[in-house]
Amino acid sequence: MKYALLVYNREGMREAMSDEERRRFDAAVDEVLARPNVGPWVRLRDVESATTVRHGESGLFLTDGPFVDSKEYLAGFIVVDAANLDQALAVAAELEELRPGGAIEVRPMRD
Amino acid sequence: MLEDVFRAEWGRVLAALVGMLSDIELAEEVAQEAFVTASERWPRDGVPANPAGWLIATARNRAIDRIRRDRKHAGKIEELRWLTGEPTEDAADEGTRFPDERLELIFTCCHPALAPESQVALTLRTLGGLSTEEIARGFLVPFETMSKRLTRAKHKIRDAGIPFEVPSDHLLPERLDAVLAVVYLIFNEGWGGGRVDLAAEAIRLGRALVELMPDESEALGLLALMLLNDSRRAARFAGGELVLLDDQDRSLWDEGQIIEGRGLLARALALQGNGPYVIQAAIADLHLEQPRDWREIALLYEVLFRLSGSPIVEMNRAVAVAEIDGPEAALEVLDRLPLEDYRYFHSTRADLLRRLGRNAEARVAYARALELAQTDPERRLLEGRIFELRPRSRADWDEFWTYTLNELKERVEREVGEDDDRGR
Repeated sequence: MKYALLVYNREGMREAMSDEERRRFDAAVDEVLARPNVGPWVRLRDVESATTVRHGESGLFLTDGPFVDSKEYLAGFIVVDAANLDQALAVAAELEELRPGGAIEVRPMRD
Repeated sequence: MLEDVFRAEWGRVLAALVGMLSDIELAEEVAQEAFVTASERWPRDGVPANPAGWLIATARNRAIDRIRRDRKHAGKIEELRWLTGEPTEDAADEGTRFPDERLELIFTCCHPALAPESQVALTLRTLGGLSTEEIARGFLVPFETMSKRLTRAKHKIRDAGIPFEVPSDHLLPERLDAVLAVVYLIFNEGWGGGRVDLAAEAIRLGRALVELMPDESEALGLLALMLLNDSRRAARFAGGELVLLDDQDRSLWDEGQIIEGRGLLARALALQGNGPYVIQAAIADLHLEQPRDWREIALLYEVLFRLSGSPIVEMNRAVAVAEIDGPEAALEVLDRLPLEDYRYFHSTRADLLRRLGRNAEARVAYARALELAQTDPERRLLEGRIFELRPRSRADWDEFWTYTLNELKERVEREVGEDDDRGR
């Protein structure tokens, strides 16, 4: 079963990490992405660079910024092919353990 | 009698079918059909030697029929390893001993990916065999709400791929904690009434857990705890009024449950069990003795606090401390606890204050407990206490006014301070 791991960062999270923590995290990500059951993956640019297209009462309009403006923002996603939810959660846990403050939403993908 | 057999076998039958079909809804439907068929045939033909086997085989055959007929299930046929041919005559499989997959089922129902209230509802539905209506009533929730909750949970298990398995060793401890917590929650928070006795359901589930995991000391501890607590059920009320432990008529205590509970506790301790449920069971056991060994009780609460960090445990320890070092020492422990919204915190404080003769303060504490009370018997007990402490002499009234005015002064100062902070 394919799962999308939606990676959410918290504002200032990366800055608050020590160099050593950042290094360890980046290494863990690289290791996970190299696995045969992982991929594709997408890394998004900073949330300030986002533009949202909305359909309101008077038609389409644009807003500067992400869909939801909050301290937590979508940083990217990773597709994992796993036998069941527990296996997908295990991958998410491996990454999440190394960065306090973030969150990873694990959602099954449609075929 | 048939009713009893059905209740006893439902969980086992359903678990086996979920294991085969990986679909709780389908499993429930065919299990239901099998039970209906049984209720028609068994009175006529007699209860089979292996009732579970008969029911599972019958339900499985129904499932085969359904899957063949229903195109949307077509993909399943390849997945179903056990599908070897035409449905067999029900009787032919009677002797089959299907493996007991209740453990897999309960871990699935209590998976942390499901919201706690969903875990509770699903466990009661699948292992307990309670109807949606019964569960809704048991937790004072509208039928529609409970029905949606159950459906969503079953769909989540299917769609998100929650596995039907006993968790691997490294996950087992925390997953087991979740299962035990669900059962204990059912025991404590489910209301009885009518045909639904959720405390009894919880004990049944606890027994199943012990049967399935006989070497798991915390499962033994939980069942012991529930039995020891339940043993005093008949003595808790007299004429609709609450009776506290010290005043209870011990002849109303269920000896059988006490003996069984103590036996389980002994087994758990023999297994070197020292987890929170074993400790709570040991405390419950100590409370049954007279006179009570308060030092031992206080010690066990201390150990429990180290494990759980719960302020309620500290509160209970304070009660024991009061018996050893007096109410003043106990109040010191209590006043450090962040339990403002907990009704038993206030009633405990009130009892201690009353023992110290600090009546005005005791009355205020009882009043606070009364505000938070949740049942009429509790309310009546607290109102009774407040009445007992009513001012009766000039000195009482002086004390009352002094204390009340002090409280008022402190409250005003606090609120003015808060207003200043807010810059008003």
